[in-house]
Amino acid sequence: MLGRTANGIFWMYRYLERAENTARLLAAGHRMTLTRGPDDASEEWRSVLTTLGLHEAYKQSHEDYTGAHVCDFVLRSRANSQSVLSMVERARSNARTCRSAITAEVWEAVNEGWMTLSEMLARPVRESNLGAVLATIRRESTLARGATYGSMLRNETYAFARAGTFLERADNTARILDVKYYLLLPSLSYVGTALDSSQWDNVLRSLSGERAYSWLNAGRMDARSIAEFLILDDRFPRSLAFCLIEMRDNLSQLARMHGGQVGVADEAMRRADARLDGKTVEDIFDQGLHQFLTDFILASRGVANAIAEQYRFVS
Amino acid sequence: MSGSNDTRFDEMHELDGTVRPAYRQYQEWLTAQDSAGMRRKGFEAESFFRRTGITFNVYGEEDAEERLIPFDMVPRIITGSEWRRLSRGIEQRVRALNAFMHDLYHRQEIIRSGRLPERLFRNNEAWLPQMVGFTPPGGVYTHIVGIDLVRTGPDDFLVLEDNARTPSGVSYMLENRETMMAMFPELFSRIKVQPVSNYPRRLGKSLAACAPDRAGGNPRVAVLTPGIYNSAYFEHAFLADQMGAELVEGSDLRVIDGRVQMRTTSGFKPIDVLYRRVDDDFLDPLTFNPRSVLGVPGIMDVYRNGGITIANAPGTGVADDKAIYSFMPEIVEFYTGERPLLANVQTWRCADPDSLKYVLDNLAELVVKEVHGSGGYGMLIGPTSSRKEIEAFRQKLIARPGNYIAQPTLALSTCPIFTRKGLAPRHVDLRPFVLVSPDGVDITPGGLTRVALKKGSLVVNSSQGGGTKDSWVLDD
Repeated sequence: MLGRTANGIFWMYRYLERAENTARLLAAGHRMTLTRGPDDASEEWRSVLTTLGLHEAYKQSHEDYTGAHVCDFVLRSRANSQSVLSMVERARSNARTCRSAITAEVWEAVNEGWMTLSEMLARPVRESNLGAVLATIRRESTLARGATYGSMLRNETYAFARAGTFLERADNTARILDVKYYLLLPSLSYVGTALDSSQWDNVLRSLSGERAYSWLNAGRMDARSIAEFLILDDRFPRSLAFCLIEMRDNLSQLARMHGGQVGVADEAMRRADARLDGKTVEDIFDQGLHQFLTDFILASRGVANAIAEQYRFVS
Repeated sequence: MSGSNDTRFDEMHELDGTVRPAYRQYQEWLTAQDSAGMRRKGFEAESFFRRTGITFNVYGEEDAEERLIPFDMVPRIITGSEWRRLSRGIEQRVRALNAFMHDLYHRQEIIRSGRLPERLFRNNEAWLPQMVGFTPPGGVYTHIVGIDLVRTGPDDFLVLEDNARTPSGVSYMLENRETMMAMFPELFSRIKVQPVSNYPRRLGKSLAACAPDRAGGNPRVAVLTPGIYNSAYFEHAFLADQMGAELVEGSDLRVIDGRVQMRTTSGFKPIDVLYRRVDDDFLDPLTFNPRSVLGVPGIMDVYRNGGITIANAPGTGVADDKAIYSFMPEIVEFYTGERPLLANVQTWRCADPDSLKYVLDNLAELVVKEVHGSGGYGMLIGPTSSRKEIEAFRQKLIARPGNYIAQPTLALSTCPIFTRKGLAPRHVDLRPFVLVSPDGVDITPGGLTRVALKKGSLVVNSSQGGGTKDSWVLDD
């Protein structure tokens, strides 16, 4: 396949995944604010922006951190090149560019998702409607993923699609964890309090992991076991370990399809793998969760760059 | 209109209101439908087109970047015997076009014989000196042709225009049929309509048959598009997809080791046949427009060395010129030795003083077209223009008569469309699609019917607000 097409597919799936994760994070942020007074709520909203890496851009045009402003900025503002609307537009534009590499089902799922969301986000979202909008964003992304899973040939295109999806997802899970640990708690004395565990609960919810977690942990709710679940449990599809397994699989399939040569992407992947290999949650907390997550995010960025290089995304 | 209402021909109804044979089965079905249900189907069709993204791009309108071509649900129906007659005429014309192109770029017998004035191609912007003395692989110049036809009576099909350069619209032909089959499956189980859905496969096969000899048994075909902002991008992607060919842009291609190669995830791979949808001028910055980034530097050298087939061949646009068109009857006779089976619309060449005088005296009755123009631009439609517009055009005509031809305003046939008040007749034309390879000429039964949606209007171009219909050739 063309390098340009591989690039388009890889990023199309990253945008879809990122739009979905942005909606997840906003949903979690919104839930947190609902359980707190207006003063604390603005802290939560600020942390949402920081997790998304949008705090600086937001400050250019806003002084306060109200839900209405933050949601508008994150979802649809033209001043925000990383808004959900602009990611959906870019995903759709990439799908158009790569139209002949994806199935009609995938194309229609992405195109209809774009139509639905452009319509929904044409005007500011009212708080009463926020939940419905966020659910729609997640659903549209799920439909595109379902169409991909159910209709695409397991070829190179599929491998790039999946690699993009899981690279993005790993990055997002790491960011969500990071914001919880690093930003949300007013001070260390809150660790283990009701506030602390309700925040962990919201982290789990934003990753659709609350049910799975309770099955596995029968009512226990503490930082250590939640972090262990989200980082190391390779049965949970949004954990770092799961995402790494998928990335590794797809990269080794790509290597096989390209004659089995080991390239820079495979080496970068090995380095990323090594960050998790044989680690326990105690090791990670000893190292410092924030430090661990920062390293992880850097390593996955390295993988993305190496994929682009090895598979000739640009000339 | 020069034709009064008494003389116009309707595809569906005779003048006394009875239904013509081609439409009898359709009419039976139609009378059993309720009008609310049909209106609902209209909305369904539109949402189907939106969902599948069957759109064309309009330049320079920020909010309306992608538009739908309006689709009408009443098919245009042609009987099998009408079609057989038509196809013979089309095949004859397309063979003549290819022979003409070969002659123009080689010995120019037709000019030596005095049948065609030399200025016609000397003044033709589409003429390419780079093609002189070179024969494309398989001897084919125009691999994909669209012949625009109009009808003025039961047996009168006339050629309005030849599109030998890069005819578009075939994706609408295919999607219109898909839409009709999805909406009205019961119609197709009742009436036998010849299929069009194998066009992309036939296109792929026809292109592969034109590969250079060195390509061997399994040539690699690619479609070259200017990119997603091109008005016909949907069609480029659609055809590549359906043929199983790569859809490439200029930036994906490079000349390496005397071949045109595309950058894949596992390095550069050579291409044997390039179905290009970029104009000649942008094809090779080393040969043509040096500022173009849409093409491939050096592709013309590879082409001339037999390393790749370019479809359609550069320089075929010569035949799309309306001054050449006016000579097509002579051209057909010269190369086939037969009388043309398909007539031209009567055409006055304004370069000729007698014709010019006639045209100037009758401007209000005529359609005047620029010889190099296309898409309904740069023309005068006398009967619907104001006196002021006609006078302004008269000055242009006097200043550069050689730049124009004139034709009578024809009583184009009408075909009913669905309106809020039921069926209403609107003018239509027809663009059948023709494939040419050393194996022969292959015409897909039907084509794209374009329809003027405004009452009385003769303008069917999509860029001017026309719509399209499914076109049926009955299997009888």
